[in-house]
Amino acid sequence: MSEAASIVATAKPRVSARFRLQWEEAQQSWVLLYPEGMVKLNASAGEIMKRCDGSRSVDELVAELEQAFDTRGLHADVASFLDMARAQHWIEV
Amino acid sequence: MNAPVQAPATSIGPPLWLLAEITYRCPLHCAFCYNPTDFAATTEELGTEDWLRVLREARAAGSVQCAFSGGEPLARDDLEVLVAEARRLGFYTNLLTSGVGLTEARAAALKEAGLDHIQLSFQDSTRELNDFLSHTRTFDLKRRVAAMIKANGWPMVMNCVIHRLNIDYIENIIDMAVELGAEYLELANSQYYSWALLNRDQLLPSREQIERAERITNERRQRYGDRIRIFFVVPDYYETRPKKCMNGWGSVFLTVTPDGTALPCHTAKMLPGLSFPNVREMGVREIWYDSEGFNRFRGDDWMQEPCRSCPEKEKDRGGCRCQAFMLAGDAAAPDPVCDKSSAHHVVLEAVERAQRPVQPVAKEAPLIFRGPAESRRLIEQGRKSLAVD
Ligand code: SF4
Ligand code: SF4
Repeated sequence: MSEAASIVATAKPRVSARFRLQWEEAQQSWVLLYPEGMVKLNASAGEIMKRCDGSRSVDELVAELEQAFDTRGLHADVASFLDMARAQHWIEV
Repeated sequence: MNAPVQAPATSIGPPLWLLAEITYRCPLHCAFCYNPTDFAATTEELGTEDWLRVLREARAAGSVQCAFSGGEPLARDDLEVLVAEARRLGFYTNLLTSGVGLTEARAAALKEAGLDHIQLSFQDSTRELNDFLSHTRTFDLKRRVAAMIKANGWPMVMNCVIHRLNIDYIENIIDMAVELGAEYLELANSQYYSWALLNRDQLLPSREQIERAERITNERRQRYGDRIRIFFVVPDYYETRPKKCMNGWGSVFLTVTPDGTALPCHTAKMLPGLSFPNVREMGVREIWYDSEGFNRFRGDDWMQEPCRSCPEKEKDRGGCRCQAFMLAGDAAAPDPVCDKSSAHHVVLEAVERAQRPVQPVAKEAPLIFRGPAESRRLIEQGRKSLAVD
């Protein structure tokens, strides 16, 4: 995976058509649904994924998260999550 | 941040998976059919309103994946109504079908209803063998249905039950799946329950057959790369540890059979001395958390030795309760697939018999094909043997 190109800051990720992202009340989490399967996302993964709707660039997404959680320096973590998410085909850019 | 999948909680979680077996009716006659051999005894199918209520109750209890299966689910003409409600409730909706009964019009109606996914089962890729194995002429139809799935933009998932009689054609099956545009292909060896148990000796492949099939599957994976993901499942009879059946009894799966019986797995009704609730009489939440049937094999109080003190018990939960009952005569025994089971020899003997040379189909003992008449005959036979006892 280290050899795959990293996601660029201006790219606008969105949840891939192969998956459906939805909030599950019973599990208190965001999940990714696909044919006969489900990935349960942890809280931070959920916060990132729900913002992957093709309208925000990676930079904008990071800025939004930093503001929502009143913190800084999330870029590297978010980018590495998005790289993984793309490798899993959860998102498209 | 880099652990997106959380570990499951230890307490009883919600019934994440609802398997709605909406009918036992099916135009096909698979010799490996997983429906109970006495399916013909079911005459009263749940009505539309009952199913709609089950969907609502299950969703409220936390179910999120819903599979409509059977039988052949397309045999019910209210399938579209059920799918639409399931989708509206937020289920991810899966249809498990042989494709028989799927017309362009019904495909469009299912799309309109919001169906998320169709899994098309394929008995085989060569026409003669396919006709033989499913006893009807369905092969051309599968091609047409595959095209309809593509045209409607559904993910294309194919499933082919593998066994002694078709495993040597695995390259044809894989190539065919690729040609039809399948993105996923499940090549799962038949599991020996119900009809497949009756036909076990004719269906269990030899070790050599399995090794060849695995080798060829790997070659094809290399060749096709990202175009298709292929899953190959070896028969558990060739393992020394059992599968974690249904991911643990009453942990994830809730099956509702055509007559409304709620089960932790679709074959659990065979287990003696256990009563399972019916959705006509009990709500889904109560069924899941409080009923005797669903609690019977939760936790590990029910376990016997060697499972009880086994360091691997969380890994496989002692295997399959139905297999333990069928092969060891005791639903609380270890699954005889486990080499620590005192009944493991039953599995070894079946495997031993499977090493005989592979013969043309006509020379093997005749298969028992699933069908209502055969089912009634088996019910009658069971009654007689009870009377003799
Ligand atoms: S296994 Fe075959 S006969 Fe049984 S329900 Fe499925 S398609 Fe019908
Ligand atoms: S003894 Fe029981 S728990 Fe241990 S590996 Fe065998 S089946 Fe699993």
